[in-house]
Amino acid sequence: MWRALRDEVHHLGVELITVGLDSLGSSGCRAAIEAAAPTHPALIDTHHDVARLFGVVNIPQSIWIDEQGMIIRGVTSAPPPPVSDAGAPAGPPPDLPARMMDIMGEAAHIESDPATYHAALKNWITHGADSPYALSASEVINRSGPQSTERALGHAHFELACEAVVQDQKAIAVEHFQAAHRLVPDSWTYRRQAWSLETVAAAGPFERFWQGPHPDHPEQWPYEGDWLSDIRAEGPANYYQPWED
Amino acid sequence: MIVHGQTIEKHAFEAATGWVIKPEGACKAETCIPLPFATDTEDLPAVALANAMNLPLVEEPRMDVLAIGPDSLGGRAVSSAKAPDLCLPDLDGTLHRLSDFLGQKIIVYAWAPY
Repeated sequence: MWRALRDEVHHLGVELITVGLDSLGSSGCRAAIEAAAPTHPALIDTHHDVARLFGVVNIPQSIWIDEQGMIIRGVTSAPPPPVSDAGAPAGPPPDLPARMMDIMGEAAHIESDPATYHAALKNWITHGADSPYALSASEVINRSGPQSTERALGHAHFELACEAVVQDQKAIAVEHFQAAHRLVPDSWTYRRQAWSLETVAAAGPFERFWQGPHPDHPEQWPYEGDWLSDIRAEGPANYYQPWED
Repeated sequence: MIVHGQTIEKHAFEAATGWVIKPEGACKAETCIPLPFATDTEDLPAVALANAMNLPLVEEPRMDVLAIGPDSLGGRAVSSAKAPDLCLPDLDGTLHRLSDFLGQKIIVYAWAPY
């Protein structure tokens, strides 16, 4: 869907750069990238550089950058382009484990507003700096997420955790993921990355989406939260930051 | 940024953090932090650099690796609207820099396969 949008606007001087966040690197991202057959640069961010550099805390999120390399709209929830005729929504496949059914049930209540986002994006593509959605430098800074010495330390722990995954040091990775979760508590990507590595074979093709304790060995789950518990605690309506004019 | 061993390459540090090492110290926009060691070499002492700049440092001796976190000046995730020069590989390992695409509007889109 994003490739289609990119191909539609590329002749207007717009490039899409996708960044796949996964400490498993190309092996984690390859299937999705090859399926998308991108005509744009499709990059792989093994250590989540975009979290430290731009403040990405969930996916999908976007950053808009002008021709001079200035951020004109920082990290924003970026829903897929609206589809005019989606047809009948695909139901969950049969024989899905109960946890996956629960996850899909919560996910159905996540709120997003593709029409508003994409109208604003097209307005900026057309009008550039004159678009009301192109923010000033001070507004870009003010609207970016919080930073503190604690969060900065959490980013260092997270990067180290990813490096431990790269070096196949699972136990060390878990320790640093735990520290990162404590110090950067609002980052869904920091949590989801760690949880996605605790795969459960019973989930079959959804194993990286299980994101929670193994049904037979819940005591072995190394993290404080899990996707289902956390989304219920925080509320699916709060999962994505709403669009802000 | 991840540092293997005890020293950090000057240009790698500059590219990863946006700080520039000058004779007067580590500088970003109007701020310059004096550094208590010689800066006219290609490799800088990682721990001393992080300490002098008050950057968070996590050492992991089991992997002989350390991580230096970002600065927290200004208290916001983004301290300048000038986009940092993100540099990442594609599936083939070819590195791409954000600055390669200047002159166009750029949409950076973060996603994950989980």
